[in-house]
Amino acid sequence: MSDTPAPPPPAPRARNFGRLLLWGGLAALLALVGFGLYRTQAGPVSSGPAPDFTLTTFDGETIRLADLKGQVVVVNFWASWCKPCEEEAATLEAGWQKYRDQGVSFLGVDYVDTEPEARAYLERFGITYPNGPDLGTRISQAFRIRGVPETYFIDRQGTLVRVKIGPIEMNELQSILDPLVKP
Amino acid sequence: MTYHRPSTLPRAALVLFVLAIALASVITSPASPARAQEPTPSDDQVNAVAKQLYCPVCENVPLDVCPTQACAQWRQTIREKLTAGWSEQEIKNFFVEQYGARVLAAPPARGLSLLVYLLPPLAFVVGAYIVYRAVRTWRRAARPVASPPVAEDDYTRRIEEELRRRD
Repeated sequence: MSDTPAPPPPAPRARNFGRLLLWGGLAALLALVGFGLYRTQAGPVSSGPAPDFTLTTFDGETIRLADLKGQVVVVNFWASWCKPCEEEAATLEAGWQKYRDQGVSFLGVDYVDTEPEARAYLERFGITYPNGPDLGTRISQAFRIRGVPETYFIDRQGTLVRVKIGPIEMNELQSILDPLVKP
Repeated sequence: MTYHRPSTLPRAALVLFVLAIALASVITSPASPARAQEPTPSDDQVNAVAKQLYCPVCENVPLDVCPTQACAQWRQTIREKLTAGWSEQEIKNFFVEQYGARVLAAPPARGLSLLVYLLPPLAFVVGAYIVYRAVRTWRRAARPVASPPVAEDDYTRRIEEELRRRD
């Protein structure tokens, strides 16, 4: 008497693998969507090391934030189409004139703008500190800005110490910068 | 009476003059409408490019209908580029370089953006398979259980035999 071998069971391992793949894919997709939502809702970077960036100014000068370590840096996001930015334009230029000899650098990052209008804006408000376009919106994405104007204050160690959302006034600018420039 | 025969020189000059006028009119006449190069692009031409772009400031509003000043500036830039003879693709490349790939209405099919193109058909295929499986299961469940053949039913067989005997 010979035993007939039983037919092989319907490959449960392969079926399990398929299910695992499906659920894994769904979980990965949900994680991706969640991460995207988190980033969108996270708000601006407000503490810790400032995101490094390179700004090519309208005059063709290339400035890297990391190279400014040892100086206090004021990074201002603006645009020529932004009316509230006009309110603070003169203040920022006055601040630059006041603090430039005390180891403070001002950088203007022009957000989602067109160059002729940006240049006209700089000329209209007599802005002399370095300004350049946010090419590819890479800088604004690194700082996770929510709009313009926004101003970021970075201390001599490269740490982000303060964020100002909206137009800044002179007394507020001074109250932030004075403690930072103290030796 | 003498017939005044005009000399051939003025006639040749006249023919040359007419030919020159005809040639000039051909050269200076506008080209066919299909190849016309307008000095400034129309709003429709600008909007044909603009509707493929989104300004990051006004999320979810295509550039051709966006009412903000920033978008108006962008449309003006498109107009200038079209006037300068840039192609649609060149203009889109310029905007991507300036403002990032997120300005495109249709993201490029690479990197994470590739998921935008892959997931919908994949979801459709998976969904169709799930529906197929579900329908197959329902059909199996609804199928009536086959009754045993008459000959195998002992009770029926006995009744049939009884009936035959009475006949």
